[in-house]
Amino acid sequence: MEDKRKTVNKEIVLRCEDLTKIYTSGFIRTKTVVGAKNATFDIKRGEIVSLAGESGSGKSTIAKMILRLIEPTSGNIILNGRNIHSYNTREYYRQVQAVFQDPYSAFNPFYKVDHVIDRTFGLREGNLEGDERREIIESTFMSIGLNTSEVLGRYPHELSGGQMQRLLIGRSLLIGAQLLIADEPTSMIDASTRAGVLNLLLSLKEEKDLSVLFITHDIGQAQYVSERVLIMKEGEIVEQGSVNDVFTRPKHPYTKELLAAVPSLYEKWD
Amino acid sequence: MAEHILEVEDLRGYYRGVFGVVHAIDGVSFSLDRGVIMGIAGESGGGKSTLAQLVSGTPPPLLHHEGGRILVDGIDIYNIDPEELRTEVKCKRMSYVPQASMESLNPVKRIRDFIFDVVGQRTRRRVSSSERKEEVLEMATSHIKALGLDRSVLDRYPHELSGGMKQRVVIAISTLWNPKLLVIDEPTSALDVTSQKRMIKALLNLKQVGIIESMLYISHDLTSLKQLCDECMVMYAGKIAEIGDMDGTIDDPLHPYTRLLIAAIASYDSRGKKTCKLECIPGSPPDLRSPPPGCRFHPRCPYVMDVCRSREPGMFMVGDGKRGASCWLLTSKSG
Repeated sequence: MEDKRKTVNKEIVLRCEDLTKIYTSGFIRTKTVVGAKNATFDIKRGEIVSLAGESGSGKSTIAKMILRLIEPTSGNIILNGRNIHSYNTREYYRQVQAVFQDPYSAFNPFYKVDHVIDRTFGLREGNLEGDERREIIESTFMSIGLNTSEVLGRYPHELSGGQMQRLLIGRSLLIGAQLLIADEPTSMIDASTRAGVLNLLLSLKEEKDLSVLFITHDIGQAQYVSERVLIMKEGEIVEQGSVNDVFTRPKHPYTKELLAAVPSLYEKWD
Repeated sequence: MAEHILEVEDLRGYYRGVFGVVHAIDGVSFSLDRGVIMGIAGESGGGKSTLAQLVSGTPPPLLHHEGGRILVDGIDIYNIDPEELRTEVKCKRMSYVPQASMESLNPVKRIRDFIFDVVGQRTRRRVSSSERKEEVLEMATSHIKALGLDRSVLDRYPHELSGGMKQRVVIAISTLWNPKLLVIDEPTSALDVTSQKRMIKALLNLKQVGIIESMLYISHDLTSLKQLCDECMVMYAGKIAEIGDMDGTIDDPLHPYTRLLIAAIASYDSRGKKTCKLECIPGSPPDLRSPPPGCRFHPRCPYVMDVCRSREPGMFMVGDGKRGASCWLLTSKSG
């Protein structure tokens, strides 16, 4: 409850209004597929919002539009009061960063992981040299729970999936991002290290006021990390609200169906 | 008739290559009773899939069977003629559905034609006459229906089917000859929750209608194992950490590894949000080229004792001998 009150008064970081994406394919005979339809929601500062739904429901379409990787057909996305297309790209990506499903393909296998860290300084504001850089790297690594000595100077194949994924989250912190789009960040890493990534998101939310759009099809994880949840089906957000309302008293028939399909450790299906 | 459908005795399987010798399966013994669904759980690199590949009788190129026996319905599969393995064991007594097997459908053939190919290969007699085709289709239809699919999928191409449907078609094809044992590796990992539920229900139905008798189901997802399995085996670094009935394992885990694995899962609870924090297991699984001495879990175990570092624990059985774990902590419990 306390938690809720804290976020109620907070400012809105990102707002999507009537976001629609229609994919068209074909040249003469065109075919259209609705990726997202009239999606309206907002994310406040220091809030983790989950976007849940089955595959093909349009979760990643929303993420791609927020990341400016695809253009919406209609609707607006507003970051800190300004339309996202009014920012220049450098300015925009300083504030919005993403972590994707596959940490293994996010690194260039020929370079040490230091390379990824070094390159973030190109996007970061201000010019930092030697010692200052090292200090910032060390404090960031501390907050993502990694030891500089166990990560730096290594090649990607020497790290575990969980370590890589945390490093990528750390990378967006180094840039100074306020909003993190996490598109199924845990689906390819092991169950035993998954908890580390989820706990990291929770602690960054608390300590750094990071806002996260957590995209997942795992209801258990959505329930664990987020305060608010959006349920998507066929491009439409069919239900949204606080985690406790939506997951304990679902209203929309689709949400009910989805929740009934989730395997639980505590109950068995009939 | 042998008492158990599957018996594995002191099995060892190593990967040999330029990278060295990886002790992927090192001394695994267990047996699977008839009519039982057993789940194998654990992290990646624990040896779950390697075990299934060894049980299948034809391990992939770098994996070698180094010792121990595997009896499928009483037949020692590493001690028989390959032709006998093909005709008497595979498909008839045991079928293996590997990971990502849904990609094994032929993209340029309709499902029915693919089935004719498979049947033709297995029986070494081409399916060409219309009576034979009718016969095969009838057999396939009953299996497809048992898995909750419509007969019309037989006339479709693989690209017209969803991932879950393709997976079920592959299972239907592998169970065409009603194998007594189905070994299935992560059939649900690429599916979302609704098709995952459908898949688990379909597998349960397969057993109910009597197409298969027992199943060895491999998954890293303990929550779906809980829905499907009667018994559970938790593997860590090529050895069995814990084995026993499914509900008991979840409710009262014996091995610290099992306990940590369960504590790391964010499971959905319809009663509301949990307040306790998830724990993650510190460190990472050992390099199996040079496994740690003593208990293989000791470098990551929060309850590590001196004995764990030097001596390997055996399997300690507790209760009425139905559950067991290989952990020195149990010496006091089992007496």
